[in-house]
Amino acid sequence: MRDAPVLLEMRAITKEFPGVKALSDVNLVVRQGEIHAIAGENGAGKSTLMKVLSGVHPYGSYTGQILYQGTESRFSDIRASENAGIVIIHQELALVPGLSITENIFLGNEPRRGGVIDWKTANRRALELMALVGLEEDPDTLIKDIGVGKQQLVEIAKAFAKNVRLLILDEPTAALNETDSQHLLELMRDFKQRGITSIIISHKLNEIAEIADAITILRDGHTIETLDVKADGVDEDRIVRGMVGRELHSRFPDHTPDIGEVFFEVRDWTVRHPVASDRLVAKNASFTVRRGEIVGFAGLMGAGRTELAMSIFGRSYGVYASGQIFKDGREIVIKSVSDAIEHGLAYVSEDRKSIGLNLLDDIKTSVVSAKLSKITSHGVIDHVREHRAAEDYRTSLRVKAPTVDEPVTTLSGGNQQKVVLAKWMFTDPDLLILDEPTRGIDVGAKYEIYGIIQRLADQGKGVIVISSELPELIGLCDRIYTVFEGTITGDIPRRDADPELLLKQMTSVKKAQRS
Amino acid sequence: MSRVKELQKSLFGGNTSNARQFGMIFTLVAIVLLFEILTNGLTLNPGNLISLVSQYSYILLLAIGMLMVIVAGHIDLSVGSIAAFVGIVVAKVMQDYAVPWFLAVLIGLAVGAVIGAWQGFWVAYVGVPAFIVTLAGMMLFRGGNQFIGNANTIPVPEGFRVIGSGFLPEVGPDTGYNNLTLLLGLVVCVAVVVREWRGRRTRREMGADAAPMWISVIRVAFPLAVVVFATLQFAGGRIGTSFPVSGIILGVLVVIYSFITRNTAGGRHIYAVGGNARAAELSGVKLKRVNFMVMMNMSVLAALAGMIFVARSAASGPQDGIGWELDAIAAVFIGGAAVSGGLGTISGSIVGGLVMAVLNNGLQLLGVGSDRVQIIKGLVLLLAVAFDVYNKKQGRFSVIDSLMRPFRRDTPTGPASPAEPGQERGKSPVAG
Repeated sequence: MRDAPVLLEMRAITKEFPGVKALSDVNLVVRQGEIHAIAGENGAGKSTLMKVLSGVHPYGSYTGQILYQGTESRFSDIRASENAGIVIIHQELALVPGLSITENIFLGNEPRRGGVIDWKTANRRALELMALVGLEEDPDTLIKDIGVGKQQLVEIAKAFAKNVRLLILDEPTAALNETDSQHLLELMRDFKQRGITSIIISHKLNEIAEIADAITILRDGHTIETLDVKADGVDEDRIVRGMVGRELHSRFPDHTPDIGEVFFEVRDWTVRHPVASDRLVAKNASFTVRRGEIVGFAGLMGAGRTELAMSIFGRSYGVYASGQIFKDGREIVIKSVSDAIEHGLAYVSEDRKSIGLNLLDDIKTSVVSAKLSKITSHGVIDHVREHRAAEDYRTSLRVKAPTVDEPVTTLSGGNQQKVVLAKWMFTDPDLLILDEPTRGIDVGAKYEIYGIIQRLADQGKGVIVISSELPELIGLCDRIYTVFEGTITGDIPRRDADPELLLKQMTSVKKAQRS
Repeated sequence: MSRVKELQKSLFGGNTSNARQFGMIFTLVAIVLLFEILTNGLTLNPGNLISLVSQYSYILLLAIGMLMVIVAGHIDLSVGSIAAFVGIVVAKVMQDYAVPWFLAVLIGLAVGAVIGAWQGFWVAYVGVPAFIVTLAGMMLFRGGNQFIGNANTIPVPEGFRVIGSGFLPEVGPDTGYNNLTLLLGLVVCVAVVVREWRGRRTRREMGADAAPMWISVIRVAFPLAVVVFATLQFAGGRIGTSFPVSGIILGVLVVIYSFITRNTAGGRHIYAVGGNARAAELSGVKLKRVNFMVMMNMSVLAALAGMIFVARSAASGPQDGIGWELDAIAAVFIGGAAVSGGLGTISGSIVGGLVMAVLNNGLQLLGVGSDRVQIIKGLVLLLAVAFDVYNKKQGRFSVIDSLMRPFRRDTPTGPASPAEPGQERGKSPVAG
């Protein structure tokens, strides 16, 4: 790839926000037809750089030069960059759920004849574009009726409708399961064959190492290096080293578990789907948790792990059908979230922005929000106690914020996650259920979160970790349950856990049914 | 951070809602002074102040309830109709059954509570949007008022009128002022000082460095000056007039509800539900109960407002309370509440309501017709919220800041203010 002509060169880009230098002297060279990955921790400046490129931050709001196809480009807005063939697909998809695939593909770009939308052409071209991205659906299907993976494909088809020359994908696989991710990566290789250049931003380093031709690493708003994947023989560890600026010896802190008796047990837990009552999202699920034990739940996306966890946590998902919960040998009945909190359960949700936090809150109100009774007497809040409690967690969990009065929106993903953890630690739980605790968090913060989880276990609490990243489960958990379609299909101790076995168990029922 | 901002932060606290309040207090003072000049001192004379309070106290009362409804993410369009309905019921029971007035007040509050439970049930437990439930309520109770009263006006007895048109009585030695009003003023002054003192103590206990003494002095001196001035004006009016009873009812409720929203778990839950209902639910907040209580509380306050109005106008009629819901909603939004819920304060809404009231009153004093008053009020509402939207886009409070920029000596190279990286507040905060 080294000899291919340069398509894009960003030279000495500096972008300042009031008081913060988000980018300083960043250089990026992307060659024609390559897949160029941009790696860096959260806050390294990846998204800002892409916003500069796509005109979200218009010409004049940054310093430096953008040379695109050999000439200097000065994009005043997204439309200008799109006209030049630069299309960015954001992590949060920009599709209208209530419109069809065709309507979404041509949204704002409708083929017209005499001012009226030419649906015939639109449908024909939509089918062409869908074939191009490998999407097999009726083009009249509404977006809300197809899965995230397919939605992503629609988004890409939409980019192609705009005659894309440089496709930018920001965390394209973050929300996708293994199969859909693989399909997407295949597609990117396919595009490469067609001469389309792509820039990919991803936290999944294995994907980057697998697919990218070149990797530019950013750290704290500076370009650290650009690696040629094949020539330099780059692997994940090499990328991590560049990102964090030091050798990360282990992705997991050392930990010797101190596991006690079984104190929490769920027996024959069956839950119906909230709408389709004939569908079971959990089927006779039984599991145990010991004191001081970190228990993993592995499964494919949609296997029902989150649904199982939430239904146990105060029946906050689905309709309870049958099953029992035992804690310390006695059966407990949990009918609401407040019952669950009362019984020492905590559930840290998978999506911290939409259901984990109130984004209008500051740190201190977030931390105490799940157990106000600890800082109130007769219903009256003691603001001093609130402040002290939040301050304790800010320092002990090393939340990067000057005070606990900071709004949670100003924190990075990793620090927000620490606040959510603090919120649930504040409820003094005996059992913590952590749903995707490290999603969208950079390597350094992950390491810290693992440490916190291990400390919680060392305090004699039980911890359940739901994760889609098998290496995370294997590295962190003492025991792993596999879940497939609402059924627990395996109970694997740490010493036996390897990705192959887990994957087999995670898909085992399917194979059994087919045979 | 600019000095202006720092000063503003130490005077009013740091967050955006407070910044908004700063702007509104500033605006209120400016409007009052403007009209004081334009009306040649008529605005702040005792007679006008007294009529201002008794004329708008019920709208401000509604604004208290409406703030909580809006913070929880709902709206209530039925308050005017409920006020009229309760007014006619109360007038009717006093006329037909000779029920004593204090009992009638209790009956009125009970009717309000029942209506509130009805609306709360639909909103919280059935899940019908509050907009629809209260739109239905608006028609229902307007019709109910006319059904019960036969679309006629029903007078209310003397004793009942106290809550709407009564004043603090004259007691004690002849000082040339109304003594009870003086006493009330003194109590408020002491409360202002005690509050500041306790605030400083709390900050010290939190380990935060308390603001310098002179800041505290300003924070106390300005309200004290206002209170002392108002006390003398209210106490020094025509003999037989003083601070209106309805104003006292309002004042007590403002204090109580400010405390509830700011310092109790229940109040915190309202903000949690409005900020992110699902997150609140998963934190153990009883969503339905909060929504129910908020809607019910609004109707009880509407009942009270209706009774005060009936008492003031000495009769209940079919046209009572028309358009009140909109005045209350406007007050809340001018006072800095977010349309999407989760943000807003009682004191902000009161200031917002006062801005509207002073504007209305001042324009009337100037002889501006009600047509033009409406136009001006509409523009004020629009501009106040547009200003807020603009500020949020900028990520900071900017008008004062930009006014002061030419006079600023320090260069803006200080540490990043927390709001900075979040210019896209509400969007994804992930920067990398």
